[in-house]
Amino acid sequence: MKVPVNITVNGRSYQRDVEPRQLLVHFIRDLGGLTGTKVGCDTSQCGSCTVLLDGVAVKSCSCLAVQADGAAVTTIEGLAEQGTLHPLQEAFWDKHGLQCGFCTPGMILASHELLRHNPDPSDADIRHGLEGNLCRCTGYQNIVRAVRHAADALAEK
Amino acid sequence: MYPADFAYYRASSVQDAGRLMNEHPGAKFLAGGHSLIPLLKLRLAVPPALIDIGRIVDLSGVTVANGRLRIGALTPHAEVAASSDVATHAAALADAAGQIGDPAVRNRGTVGGNIAHADPASDLPAVLCALDASIGIVGASGDRTVPASEFFLGMMTTALGEDEIVTHVEIAAGQQHGSAYAKFPHPASRYAVIGVAAVIAADGDACRSAAVAVGGLVPAPVRASNVEQAVSGEALTDASFAKAAQRVGEDLGDEILGDLFASVEYRRAMAPVYVARSLSAAAARARK
Repeated sequence: MKVPVNITVNGRSYQRDVEPRQLLVHFIRDLGGLTGTKVGCDTSQCGSCTVLLDGVAVKSCSCLAVQADGAAVTTIEGLAEQGTLHPLQEAFWDKHGLQCGFCTPGMILASHELLRHNPDPSDADIRHGLEGNLCRCTGYQNIVRAVRHAADALAEK
Repeated sequence: MYPADFAYYRASSVQDAGRLMNEHPGAKFLAGGHSLIPLLKLRLAVPPALIDIGRIVDLSGVTVANGRLRIGALTPHAEVAASSDVATHAAALADAAGQIGDPAVRNRGTVGGNIAHADPASDLPAVLCALDASIGIVGASGDRTVPASEFFLGMMTTALGEDEIVTHVEIAAGQQHGSAYAKFPHPASRYAVIGVAAVIAADGDACRSAAVAVGGLVPAPVRASNVEQAVSGEALTDASFAKAAQRVGEDLGDEILGDLFASVEYRRAMAPVYVARSLSAAAARARK
């Protein structure tokens, strides 16, 4: 039995009838074009499916679409404003905070969550704040540099 | 991984949730879903229906009233970890909530869901036992309160009836003690390989009384009464904590959990280390 939901993704409202068992990550990816959110481990450990749900970072592989009914989701595609990259996206580019890029959307949204609570994190704070996100290219050094760089950029704004 | 198909109902109140459960036998209650959804995806649980209690707003939040710290069942771990009331009255609980999973997991996972699930590697059960918390429950036969020590019965087994919902946990507020939680996290899942909660009441530089509960390596949390007795009346020093912690082997019983990551023998050997660490951290707070 399908259930009607209304979920706003990156500012656009989507009304769909979904199976209750549909995971939020699949709802997002099946909308068309929004494949930045990745399915990685699918067990809420790797963080590549991280999105913002009403502004709060969650792992969308461990959330049902019906639980997000009425909520606003922000994915990696929704961070840039009017074609200008978010300072976190800019920083991951500038500091080469990625290799294959698979973990990057989740890393950036988890970093968004970190900076929301702690705008001036130490390297240790960054590592601790990103412990729910795995990078299998072992790019952590540059990821930490990128987040630190973004924090500086956001402080200057 | 998709769960098997299930019907979905959204409860508007605790009473509504009870009514829905009555209409749909075998259903499971859904809160944050961070214990249940992984089970559904692995098809270890295949309920015919989920009853979503996640929007019952009066089940969420931290309050202090009438000498009791009350934490609503739907309060996410992140809110518990950040609460100044929890830090003041139940520091070990703030410690533990802040070490569950990772930040995104703590944003979704709830206190009530965690304890109703009762994973042996969960952090909160041992903490609630050490703090002598009580668990508020509502069901078809009315409200009741169960001490944490009688709530956790075994591996993923609690005193909760099929139609019952955890509504809140309560802990005595304003107690003159220090408490802390020391954990050996699994490196990938962050579940507790060993987790120890300690509560110490100080009398100058000596321990007046202590409560210690151990989780992670046992099916359900265990109060370490031999350790508690050994440390009571002793000096608040790391040497006396290390000595008392050696008694934990007598408290753990015969059923120690082991897995590929950490064997039974390894966990048994590490238990005193974490008992001593939790005592030391609790004592530092008790002296303040």
